[in-house]
Amino acid sequence: MTQMNLVQAINSGLRSALQQDDDVLVMGEDVGQLGGVFRVTQGLQEEFGPDRVLDTPLSETGILGTAIGMALHGLRPISEIQFADFIYPGFDQLVNEAAKYRYRSGGEFHVPMVVRTPYGGGIRGGQYHSQSPEALFIHTPGLKVVCPSNPYDAKGLLLEAIRDEDPVLFFEPKRVYRAVKMDVPDEPYTVPLGDAKIVRPGEQVTCIAWGAMLYEAFTAAEEVAKQGVDVEVIDLRTLWPLDVGTLVASVEKTGRVLVVHEAPRTCGFGSELVALITERAFLHLEAPPVRVTGWDTPFPLTHEHEYLPLAHRIAPALLETARY
Amino acid sequence: MHVIRDDGSLDPNLDPGLSIDQVVALYKAMLRTRIVDDRLERIQRQGRIAFHVGSLGEEAAIIGAAAALRDRDWIVPCYREVGALLWRGYPLQQYIDHMYGNAGDPLHGRQMPDHTVSREHRYLSVSAPIGTQIPHAVGIAMAAKKRGLDECAGVFFGDGATSSNDFHAAMNFAGVYQAPVLFLCRNNGYAISLPTEQQTATRTMAEKAAAYGVPAARIDGNDVLAVWRAVREGVQRAAGGGGPTFIELMTYRLGGHSTSDDPRVYRSQEETDSWRKADPLLRLRKHIGQRDVWNDELDSDWQAVCDAEVKECVRRAEEKPAPALAEVFAEVYAEQPWHLREQQARCIDGPRASDEEDEP
Repeated sequence: MTQMNLVQAINSGLRSALQQDDDVLVMGEDVGQLGGVFRVTQGLQEEFGPDRVLDTPLSETGILGTAIGMALHGLRPISEIQFADFIYPGFDQLVNEAAKYRYRSGGEFHVPMVVRTPYGGGIRGGQYHSQSPEALFIHTPGLKVVCPSNPYDAKGLLLEAIRDEDPVLFFEPKRVYRAVKMDVPDEPYTVPLGDAKIVRPGEQVTCIAWGAMLYEAFTAAEEVAKQGVDVEVIDLRTLWPLDVGTLVASVEKTGRVLVVHEAPRTCGFGSELVALITERAFLHLEAPPVRVTGWDTPFPLTHEHEYLPLAHRIAPALLETARY
Repeated sequence: MHVIRDDGSLDPNLDPGLSIDQVVALYKAMLRTRIVDDRLERIQRQGRIAFHVGSLGEEAAIIGAAAALRDRDWIVPCYREVGALLWRGYPLQQYIDHMYGNAGDPLHGRQMPDHTVSREHRYLSVSAPIGTQIPHAVGIAMAAKKRGLDECAGVFFGDGATSSNDFHAAMNFAGVYQAPVLFLCRNNGYAISLPTEQQTATRTMAEKAAAYGVPAARIDGNDVLAVWRAVREGVQRAAGGGGPTFIELMTYRLGGHSTSDDPRVYRSQEETDSWRKADPLLRLRKHIGQRDVWNDELDSDWQAVCDAEVKECVRRAEEKPAPALAEVFAEVYAEQPWHLREQQARCIDGPRASDEEDEP
């Protein structure tokens, strides 16, 4: 066990994967010599060489398109897209190629690749270093989408994603990259995909969050607890395929649900979560489901803390839901 | 570059030295592909299949290149290269079943016609967006190189694809990583309706390769031995650690872009007629006729064999039922997640568009 933050835990996961399997390679812009702009891949090229930790030319299409080719040949490439905001030039390669390859080839070929990308706001990054595009990928049949909130889950989910036979988008909450430290095993281990985690049991309101906003949800839950409202906080961990069972069981107990996400509200993942819960637990609901999300604007710079669904917006929404 | 001269003889300085049996095999494969194309176009016109994208006039570029690649080399197709897949021994019945999207279609009716694939034949899957397969070929080649395997990837694309984002990314990666890949650009004159001279301001496609440090050749794509020679040289360069090669195969699409196209709108009959004289089958036919290994009787016999074969495949394909409805919900992921299980059950239970019996 070592005390690690998210950056260190993901680095440890990548190192374990590179050690375990010669078919694993890491590729992306500045991931080699520099160790990545957030230093997530620090030291890996030095340890494993430039043939396994590739500094690529500056093209998301090239990174994702060649990674798909490598995966088709049987390698397990882990590509880094430097910021989730930069993923769109390679969007077609993900949604039309990686996602559909198994289906369209009648199962003859598949694409076991992982795409790591830092997402989310709160780092004074403005429009193009703050986005949360997870819903676009959840909407695409054939992709899996993972978003850890803490160092232990990050390493375990990453190693499971690398072993997975389907393409996995791995969204890393850069706002908390260095904010949280916890004990993480140095050896490899996995956390299964598709399992949400109840991080704070409660009886009155179910609060669903993931990534960086989990901490805001938790803070808000602690705050309203002082006012007698008992909130159950669930960390989704894997966004898709979704652990719908855990969510429905929780809402059947509490009768109230609130979803938090950074992405814009309209057609954000919260919309789908609310729809699924409403379909499955309608008769248990005591209040309308609530979404506390980013606004339907591009991500702003100066007022980013008014854009983000931070605890100061979540707590009143929890109280309102509890008292509806 | 011409290997087969206008009079049908071979240029002794450029002759790649294929045996006469190999040359005849190329001719027979090219003719067979043309007959299959012709039959598919007819049945599409009769409304019996949805669509066909043929290779009329481009058989030498496609089959010559496939023949020059080794069995262990990967073919990454655009969508007009089924002749290359048939050259590798893919069963014609399976292809025709795919054209019908019936229960014999290995893709279970999920893709439009002519979106073939075969791992056994190292032939990758087709997608319709243009140019997207080019970086895959580079990645396959990079993987082969990393694993120390003597394999290369030959990727087909048309002149239009040289405008795509993916083309430039792929060429650049291939140059930087010295990937053992062959860029096989079938310059057939048109991207649907757009002539090559409006696709690019460069005089040739081949010169684009210089920008990426990739060696290039521009050859007569209607001369199957010239194609074979250029592609084999590229394979040898790749196998020797010399990295990628770009080959511009100058050819002409004698038919429409697909059965949905009407080329009379954008080009003259005179232009097409003049290219008919450069038909790659005529050129090769002249050569093997001169060498006394082929004659009119053999030609019509082979045509009859191919025609009977494709007609029989069509007959059988039309007798086969639709794929199971459950195939719509299979192979989206390695294991079917809960939401697809639920949706499959809902779809199968109905209401349904068709009341045909279906095995769940």
